[in-house]
Amino acid sequence: MANIFPKWTNHLPIQILVAGGVLFISVIAGMTYYFTPKYTRVGYQPVQPVPFSHSIHVNQLGLDCRYCHSQVENAAHSNLPTTQTCMNCHSQIKLNSPRLATVRDSWKTGQPIAWVRIHEAPDYVYFNHSAHVNRGVSCVSCHGQINNMAVVWHHEPQSMDWCLTCHRAPENHLRPVNQVTNLNWKPEDEGPGKDGKLRTQQEIGEQLKVAWNVNPPVTCAGCHR
Amino acid sequence: MKYFFLAFAAVVLAVVLIAGPRGYKSTNRPFEFFPDMDRQPKVKAQTESVFFADGIGPRQAVPGTVPLGWDIPAKAGGDKPEMQRATNGYTAAPDYFNTGKMGDRWGDGLPVPATAALMKRGQDRYVINCQICHGANGGGNGVTSKYGWVGIANYHDQRIVDMADGEIFNTIANGKNTMYGYGGNITVADRWAIVAYVRALQKAQLGRPSDLTPEQQANLK
Repeated sequence: MANIFPKWTNHLPIQILVAGGVLFISVIAGMTYYFTPKYTRVGYQPVQPVPFSHSIHVNQLGLDCRYCHSQVENAAHSNLPTTQTCMNCHSQIKLNSPRLATVRDSWKTGQPIAWVRIHEAPDYVYFNHSAHVNRGVSCVSCHGQINNMAVVWHHEPQSMDWCLTCHRAPENHLRPVNQVTNLNWKPEDEGPGKDGKLRTQQEIGEQLKVAWNVNPPVTCAGCHR
Repeated sequence: MKYFFLAFAAVVLAVVLIAGPRGYKSTNRPFEFFPDMDRQPKVKAQTESVFFADGIGPRQAVPGTVPLGWDIPAKAGGDKPEMQRATNGYTAAPDYFNTGKMGDRWGDGLPVPATAALMKRGQDRYVINCQICHGANGGGNGVTSKYGWVGIANYHDQRIVDMADGEIFNTIANGKNTMYGYGGNITVADRWAIVAYVRALQKAQLGRPSDLTPEQQANLK
């Protein structure tokens, strides 16, 4: 009687096991790497209706973040500037620049400029800008060095894990309130402490955390209502 | 088995090449793998709305109405109609604190106590909003003057030294000549803080030893 199964089928179970294992591990690895805001959000750099350069306005001209984002200290939402804020200067400077045509149109018609939103928390996250900037969390902690970006891109993953990392150890990001909009600030800028050594982020953060009673919520209701 | 691994390698290579590494710059909108309730149809700050014909979520006041808690000033501020857009022509109340006017004239004097905290706040807001044009010492030599802006007010001109506090307040809120109104960016209380700081800048440049008390003069020597 001939064999029902040919000889090569002897290896089939082990081959299926190996192939299945390789597939399983690589799918898990792929999901770990790709299915996270570290991949999906970081690097998002949309084309904006006006080629506004933060690096020119902040580094070259010395504008404070709050000249344009004027409500950030008072509101949950950090506002985009009104067209009037642009026109404060551009009614006199670079009057005929084609790069500003959209701004001038908006000023004439009253129709807002349709900026493309880059940082966008899910709608069930109630992030409050004012709570952070008034307690020494700098713009740079969540947005990266915007002052060096000619075209803004998503710098931090802004995932829930990323939020909680800071909420559990805020001392790694706290700085003096008057340095919040100074995106080039370094802990060493605060000068030496009592022991004559330059102060570290850890020391400054620990001190500010105690001084302001910074106790960030890590419960669900802290950010989700 | 050989073919499996060949196919597998090809698929992995294709995925890696197409997807790219983390942080790869892209103009594509971020993909949301589990979009459950991520984007809700509510109107959020400064977002568009499909409900209104013009697509604008945040609404201007309807013509002929006054927002709750607001009032129509005796005379709308600003000498150009577009300058009134920032405040919509409304104010919280038509009193000196909100308009800088006493009756028909510009009032003088601060309607809030001139404390060290107010001065600090004024300096803070001045650096953010005013320094770019008027310069760190108020001499009208801010960075914009290097880009061809002429006629920026110098606070040390007699014209501005003599100007009533209320008129400076109004200029901050509604603008003047080439300066546009900052009423939409600076709150009423902060405008008065800036007025106080502008006065301090003038004193810093134009003050005389005779302005000091005799004890302070003695300390100078």
